[in-house]
Amino acid sequence: MNAPLNAAAENVFPEPVAEAKISARNVSVYYGAKQAIDSVSIDIPKNYVTAFIGPSGCGKSTFLRTINRMNDTIAGARVDGEILLDGEDIYRSGMDVVQLRARVGMVFQKPNPFPKTIYENIAYGPRIHGLTTSKSELDGIVESSLQRAGLWDEVKDRLTDSGTALSGGQQQRLCIARAIAVDPEVILMDEPCSALDPIATARIEELIDELRGKFAIVIVTHSMQQAARVSQRTAFFHLGKIVEYGTTSDIFTNPRQERTKDYITGRYG
Amino acid sequence: MSPAILILLAFGLSLAGWLAARSRAWAFKRANPAQRLASLPGYHGWYVALWVAVPAVVFAVAWSILSPNLVLASVLADPAASALPAFGFERQTILGEARAVATGKAFAVFNPLAQPLIEPFRNALHRYDIIGLLVTLAVALGGGTFGFLRLRPDFNTRTRVERSVMGILLVASLVAVLTTAGIFLSLLFETVRFFGMVSPVDFLTGTHWSPDPMAASADPGNYGAIPLFWGTLYIGAIIAMVVAIPLGLMSAIYLTQYASSSVRKVMKPLLELLAGVPTVVYGYFAALTVAPAVRDFGQAIGIASASSESALAAGLVMGVMIIPFVSSMADDSIAAVPQAMRDGSLAMGATRSETIVKVLIPAALPGIVAGVMLAVSRAIGETMIVVMAAGAAANLSANPFQAMTTVTFQIVAMLTGEGSFDHPATLGAFALGMLLFLVTLTLNFVALRVVKRYREAYE
Repeated sequence: MNAPLNAAAENVFPEPVAEAKISARNVSVYYGAKQAIDSVSIDIPKNYVTAFIGPSGCGKSTFLRTINRMNDTIAGARVDGEILLDGEDIYRSGMDVVQLRARVGMVFQKPNPFPKTIYENIAYGPRIHGLTTSKSELDGIVESSLQRAGLWDEVKDRLTDSGTALSGGQQQRLCIARAIAVDPEVILMDEPCSALDPIATARIEELIDELRGKFAIVIVTHSMQQAARVSQRTAFFHLGKIVEYGTTSDIFTNPRQERTKDYITGRYG
Repeated sequence: MSPAILILLAFGLSLAGWLAARSRAWAFKRANPAQRLASLPGYHGWYVALWVAVPAVVFAVAWSILSPNLVLASVLADPAASALPAFGFERQTILGEARAVATGKAFAVFNPLAQPLIEPFRNALHRYDIIGLLVTLAVALGGGTFGFLRLRPDFNTRTRVERSVMGILLVASLVAVLTTAGIFLSLLFETVRFFGMVSPVDFLTGTHWSPDPMAASADPGNYGAIPLFWGTLYIGAIIAMVVAIPLGLMSAIYLTQYASSSVRKVMKPLLELLAGVPTVVYGYFAALTVAPAVRDFGQAIGIASASSESALAAGLVMGVMIIPFVSSMADDSIAAVPQAMRDGSLAMGATRSETIVKVLIPAALPGIVAGVMLAVSRAIGETMIVVMAAGAAANLSANPFQAMTTVTFQIVAMLTGEGSFDHPATLGAFALGMLLFLVTLTLNFVALRVVKRYREAYE
């Protein structure tokens, strides 16, 4: 996608992105009268992990939720500006939100498996989107999704157990497997490790690294170490705006903005 | 003397005890200002007040149960009582008449046998009134004195008052439990009498129901309650549920998932208002508006037996009546499904209705089932609508246009008739009531268990 960036965005965008999967242009989000996001522009590349960091309430999760239009489910939320997915404005009228969400999957802060069996949790997406024509095909998708999420060996003998009976880390990997099962192009992760212990967190981080290259992954995180470990690009949000966006190594070793430096060195946030 | 007066007396004395004990506590304080009281003076007051009131009230209640029997026993000990008939209704009437005159509720007796009993009654009543009053006073003063003498500056009345508060609350909560047990026992007693006359097997398996209160002896063949059970289930658990479950569930889904908050604010109270309409109002709506329409419709589609009282009319109106029971339980349990489930499903690209059908309803199902069970138990116990719209004929039929009768209707009919209380045509009402009680109790119990298990799953 080669739509020109506006001047303000250029300022925070140090290098051109070869293949932008998602391009946001002057996106503002309002909850009723309150503005949560103020004119954010960003290009998110294919095949990399992009991290959104910033203090609580800075709008990073809100912005994440605009990418698959999950803000639509919140009464009183309004989005201005445009977000292009492969050049196509997802906020244009006539956009099929259901199709969009099949292409842009999401993993939430707290693991939220459905109160169904492990198998049914994975099969849910393929079923509602009619991705398979036979039971064996569906079995194949369930197995490969669980394999890719690194959960297959742990659950292959108990696919009929309830998804809610798994441990927290396993539940989160189940949710990742569920998102993968519909073969999305983008996976959004909203603080996927904040409810997990360090070992489960490490496992999810490994998984994110393995999935890189197949999907565009956007992860919101509170942990700067996590952003440094898993992402190739980092955007620093503050007060509803992107303060700085660049390669992760630049942001962490050579921030251009004073505020970024203060946040990264733990001066506030 | 009525127990109310004794109880008022006890409370008056306990007020006095409260004041006395509190001023005693202040006196401790004045006598030795350096020493801290173990409890505030008010607690000393409450401690003594409780010692006055609780034993006296307990005695007054016990006395109100006991004294009529004591009065009766002393009246029967009178030589004039030997002329009374040995047992039964007449004996009760004569004693009742004498008692009414003795307490001033009536001026003369009809039965000459009652006349000589008036004086013994009056004497006994007077005697036991005095005894009751004196013992109440003695108990109140005795308790108060005991409590008062135990007061010391370092005596911790606060924890003792706290403990008795717990006791009082426990007693309050026991009232409902004991009432349930009492209802059960009173039903049980009469039910056993009924089953002494009509065998439970005939009652539970017979298909013919036409009790005759004038018949000299009970023909067990007339006490087959199957048609009543069928009518009750058909109207309350089948027709009414066919109306209430879909409508209740769909309105709950609309209100929780689709309605804007302003619509919800108006619709929900309006829906719940349905539950507050007196059932007799539903009854005449069923009898005057719905039943004729149902009959005309039945005849129009060629069912000649369609009658002006029908199971369908009663069931439809009952179904509307219990919509709020189903919808408010369903509403609660759908709303209790975590938002994360909904988000998870929507984020997978499911539509709203797919999310509702595949995620929310399965997750909320236990709560919905419990709501339906409570609604069924409400429906089969419902009386006014069936009395007014369902009919009295005990038909065992699946034709909804026919008149049918229910357990509740028959209870009303049997107890409001002319029959005497030792005839099976009257006692049968208790057996029916017992069955109804057991069925609704079981339904409620199971429903509450289901709700409890379901709540544990999410918290």
